[in-house]
Amino acid sequence: MALLESRADGPALIDDRYLRLDETAPIPAEGAVLVSLVRFHAERAALLARKAPLGVWLASNEKPVAVADDLERLALVALDFPVFSDGRAFSSARLLRERYGYKGELRAIGDVLCEQLPFMLRSGFDSFDMKSPKALEEFRAVVGEVRVVYQPTGDGRPTAIDRRLGRR
Amino acid sequence: MYQYDEFDHALVQDRVTQFRRQVERRLAGELTEDQFRPLRLMNGLYLQLHAYMLRVAIPYGTLDSRQMRKLAYIARRYDKGYGHFTTRQNLQYNWPKLEETPDILAELAEVEMHAIQTSGNCIRNVTSDQYAGAAEGEIEDPRIWCEIIRQWSTLHPEFSFLPRKFKIAVTGSEHDRAAVKVHDIGLIMRRDGSGQAGFEVIVGGGLGRTPFIGKTIRGFLPKEHLLSYLEAILRVYNQLGRRDNKFKARIKVTVHETGAEEFTRLVDEEWAAMGDTAPKLPKQEVDRIARYFEPPAFRALPKAAPASEARAKSDPGFAAWVRHNVSPHKISGYAIANISLKPVGKPPGDATAEQMDAVADLADGFSFGEIRVTHAQNLVLPHVERESLPVLYDGLVAAGLAASNIGLLSDIIACPGLDYCALANARSIPIAERITERFADRDRLELIGEMQIKISGCINACGHHHVGHIGILGVDRKGEEHYQVQIGGSATEDAALGRILGRGFSADEVVDVVEKIVDTYLERRTQGESFIETYRRIGQDPFKERVYGTA
Repeated sequence: MALLESRADGPALIDDRYLRLDETAPIPAEGAVLVSLVRFHAERAALLARKAPLGVWLASNEKPVAVADDLERLALVALDFPVFSDGRAFSSARLLRERYGYKGELRAIGDVLCEQLPFMLRSGFDSFDMKSPKALEEFRAVVGEVRVVYQPTGDGRPTAIDRRLGRR
Repeated sequence: MYQYDEFDHALVQDRVTQFRRQVERRLAGELTEDQFRPLRLMNGLYLQLHAYMLRVAIPYGTLDSRQMRKLAYIARRYDKGYGHFTTRQNLQYNWPKLEETPDILAELAEVEMHAIQTSGNCIRNVTSDQYAGAAEGEIEDPRIWCEIIRQWSTLHPEFSFLPRKFKIAVTGSEHDRAAVKVHDIGLIMRRDGSGQAGFEVIVGGGLGRTPFIGKTIRGFLPKEHLLSYLEAILRVYNQLGRRDNKFKARIKVTVHETGAEEFTRLVDEEWAAMGDTAPKLPKQEVDRIARYFEPPAFRALPKAAPASEARAKSDPGFAAWVRHNVSPHKISGYAIANISLKPVGKPPGDATAEQMDAVADLADGFSFGEIRVTHAQNLVLPHVERESLPVLYDGLVAAGLAASNIGLLSDIIACPGLDYCALANARSIPIAERITERFADRDRLELIGEMQIKISGCINACGHHHVGHIGILGVDRKGEEHYQVQIGGSATEDAALGRILGRGFSADEVVDVVEKIVDTYLERRTQGESFIETYRRIGQDPFKERVYGTA
């Protein structure tokens, strides 16, 4: 597994500082943790009271509105792709960024296909849990491969329409 | 018609480069077929029964002579010298070699064409009225809006992994030639009380194993809000559509299970919440695209076309062609000429490279270089001077393209079926060929009049059998090809789904069954009554009795 972060100067491999807790594992006294939405709702007060960074992961059928009110206190939201073809998280990502104003780390987890990276970046993801040992290489190969975008999203890239109108 | 600017060109060229890299990785063994599959499908490359199949997008069925010549060239250079026009106004090559497909895409990019989103669970090539810009009484040329949708939907980051494929059709005319009510989204241009143009928005139509006629979820949408409203529909569908069962994943099932009223409420709620993040459609951009669809330089012509009329008097073949293949044009002295790809005994929708070149030449000579593809798998020259019809007809005769049967019984829609398709249960093309042979007699065809036979080789219904006046569905019965017959469907503004007649038939029986249905109609119809009118008046029983002998 490789965790990739998209930065202004390009992609970087980073260490995963979050301990992913299952439903029963005790919450450690210290250190960043990543919990399911169910667990976040069940133990919200205890989790928010900790000093360490907190992340919540959403299954593909869980809607981001469920964490909308707590986004300022979350350092990480992870959206799961149970299979690469389940594209619900693309909508969730855009809603988190564009509707609920989430500014923290937005991570794609699960079956992350390298060819989807450009779509994920455009939808607002900025870190990627990749299976491939050549993740960094693959990221560099696919991102930026298509130079034109037609749709406005929260990534702020000028669209073909913007460029036609000379707005940017 | 639309012409790419530097941005459109860059996108398509980048896409070719990207696909070339992907094919190289596959050929080098770096990608398994399982890993390659989703990538090739993003570029319209299927693996069929005997070979790869490449589906080329013909955006909203419009192309020019230069593009048609390129399609002919590709057919000759990379395939077996022909191509197949589909019910979605696309073109399929049935025999490309994997290693040559990037070259084919590069050839297409030279003439502003591609295969993007002709497969996969994404927004597919938008389809439209083949008479757009030529039909009388059109509110606006729907291709302006098709091109806007084409760009918005191309590589849409949020909607490239939908629950299932997604098809949008647009018409600007009251008379629906684009089957908009059996699409995931159908858009009909309307005017509101103040004369503003906009769209009636219909959602959740579709064929396949569970056919539905779409529901109107908004009677009038001002046109400037088109993209934001589409984005709201797609977002609701992307989140709500079923992912557990691909046979229930189309939006028609979502709308059916959620209820049209609740679905509408969800869309309206999403639409209202979008605010600033909604995609906008600046007037300058709409105007820029609209300029490409301004009418060509029509000449002021007299109403009368004496040479054409004289030829019709002396040449019954020409007269029949005009009667069936020529439609009225909005400009006096002009006509819309349909080119039938349904000659007797040939696969519906196939054209040879030579025929494609001939159509390109005729388009240059007589139709400002413009060509259309219809969802009934025929071609159209949209802007022909009436007085040129005899010369055009002679050119079509020389190219073997003068079948005079548009809208008649032999103008059959059929999917590729078991001759090509990996999904099919039964062959479609031989059934179509045998029906056209049985009904080859011109007088009999004319006597029968308008009749739509639609044939699908499996339940996926690519041959639109649900909406055929007579629909034929190929099924597998204990390893044998078998055919179910249904009647009473319609794909136009009075859209209806046909009803199954009863037990199915062998390939040998099915042509006789069609004949019995037709004979029943001929006996029971009143003066001037169409098949569908007769069916609606007398119901299914008389047809059943004739076919099954259960009087």
